[in-house]
Amino acid sequence: MALSSDDVRKVGSLARLALTDDEVEHLTPQLNDLLAQFERLQAVDTKGVPAMSHAVPVVAFLREDVIVPSLPKAVVLAMGPEVDELLGGFVVPQVLAGDA
Amino acid sequence: MSEITNLTATEIASAVREGIVSAVDIVDAFLDRIADVDPLVGAFLIVTSDAARQAAAAVDAKIAAGIDPGRLAGVPIAIKDNMCTRGIATTCASKLLDGFIPPYDATVITRLQDAGAIIIGKTNLDEFAMGSSSENSALGVTRNPWDLSKVPGGSSGGSAAAVAARLVPISLGSDTGGSIRQPAAFCGTIGLKPTYGMVSRFGLVAFASSLDQIGPFANTVDDIALVMEVLSGHDPKDSTSLPIDAPELMKASHGDIKGLRIGIPDEYFADGISEPVRAAVMEVVDKLVELGAVVSHVSMPHTEYTLPAYYIVAPAEASSNLARYDGVRYGNRASKTLSHEDLAEKTREQGFGAEVKRRILIGTYALSAGYYDAFYHKAMQVRTLIQQDFVKAFEHVDVLITPTTPTTAFGIGEKSDDPLAMKLSDICTLSANLAGVPGISIPAGFDDEGLPFGVQLLGPALSEALLLKVSRAYLDATNWIDQEPVL
Repeated sequence: MALSSDDVRKVGSLARLALTDDEVEHLTPQLNDLLAQFERLQAVDTKGVPAMSHAVPVVAFLREDVIVPSLPKAVVLAMGPEVDELLGGFVVPQVLAGDA
Repeated sequence: MSEITNLTATEIASAVREGIVSAVDIVDAFLDRIADVDPLVGAFLIVTSDAARQAAAAVDAKIAAGIDPGRLAGVPIAIKDNMCTRGIATTCASKLLDGFIPPYDATVITRLQDAGAIIIGKTNLDEFAMGSSSENSALGVTRNPWDLSKVPGGSSGGSAAAVAARLVPISLGSDTGGSIRQPAAFCGTIGLKPTYGMVSRFGLVAFASSLDQIGPFANTVDDIALVMEVLSGHDPKDSTSLPIDAPELMKASHGDIKGLRIGIPDEYFADGISEPVRAAVMEVVDKLVELGAVVSHVSMPHTEYTLPAYYIVAPAEASSNLARYDGVRYGNRASKTLSHEDLAEKTREQGFGAEVKRRILIGTYALSAGYYDAFYHKAMQVRTLIQQDFVKAFEHVDVLITPTTPTTAFGIGEKSDDPLAMKLSDICTLSANLAGVPGISIPAGFDDEGLPFGVQLLGPALSEALLLKVSRAYLDATNWIDQEPVL
């Protein structure tokens, strides 16, 4: 199994990662080197072996249901690259298709 | 008292607490050394001189007022720049986060400051902690203090180099697949990756959440024990934080190692391990036997699958964790974009470096429809088998000994465009993260070029005290840790 440059572009699109033609050309063989390593796993007999997502059991710790202050809105907005302080929100380009 | 910058953290805290030296004098001495030496090494991305002097003055004021200044009073500490520091830039060495100033502190920062430690700056790393040489940093080059033409290792290369060069007595790194232990080995210092869940990760910028763990670098076992006692213990802000109190490591890490059972996992000495490294590990084994340990060989048959399993699990988690960087809420954003999707795609294209892109792509691929079972699910099953190898080995031995790295530090630029060769330098350290067990790298001498060897000790979950005890026994019986790079 090997990735073509079109596959790499498609995965880039799934990952919301624009890639230049040069990048695709450079990355494709490197990704295929790694994929070749992955193939070795197919030799392992994993029938009936449980999948491990964490090395220790992760349980949900419940805390007392006490309201604690969140970060002030102004502080959070101050991190944004483009914000509307009057409306109190982050500015993004148009989200829905259609006339602006 | 010897020169201030040669003091250990334990010595500094004791001297400051007893009023023998002021915290301000300690901090000034280290700031002077950083100003002299760091232009050569490049360990720091930012040195917070003013804030450090203010914090030191506050420690001195507490002492003057008769208030306990804490167990790390006046101890300067460097922080890998992927841990959030309120009011201080936190970049992850990425263009994407250049200029990001967190509005809150990571739990480790709060605990250090509560104990009187002085944050003296943020250190360089591979971008988002992805790499093995710190060369993936978008913001600077860090050099190995033992040979400035060599890499310091990575991803916590800046924190390792800072401790090795005596720019600070202790520093923090994070370890997802070896990022504390590998640079500790390359830089000839001690680096501990604690048990998964031992140290809170609240405020650590997430890379691979089932593997990430914060841990310290230092030049003595006492300093590692002291800082771990301050850092450990349950944190309700991290759901993976173990529900335990901080262990007592200072006391528990003393004593002889007579009868200690040490295992040599033969698979860790396979092809790719250089002969000098193999010989260095065997010399450590001989020394431990001299000190009373009993050695046997053990088999960990799934070791050869560690690299592929790791490079599916870690990038899969990274592709999810890094989805948040879309140019909306923080960090840099691409200009002149047409839609929200276009904004995300271009911001990420411009902001991430090549290794981060490779890992996002491979992780996204491994999780995508049609490949999830063949790759991700399979890797999680193999992860179980790798952990079972550890469980079985620890039925027969108390600790395992392996090389930390297959070779000593390699040259800057030598592997930077060969991602697979780069990844092979972590081959001995990846398994501890997959299995969640603690691991430590300790100095074990020097090769013909004068570059440090590192040896790795691995123990069962929560065996930090034992790992430190073995480390102490070995380091007390040798003088490797006392040797300093000439800068």
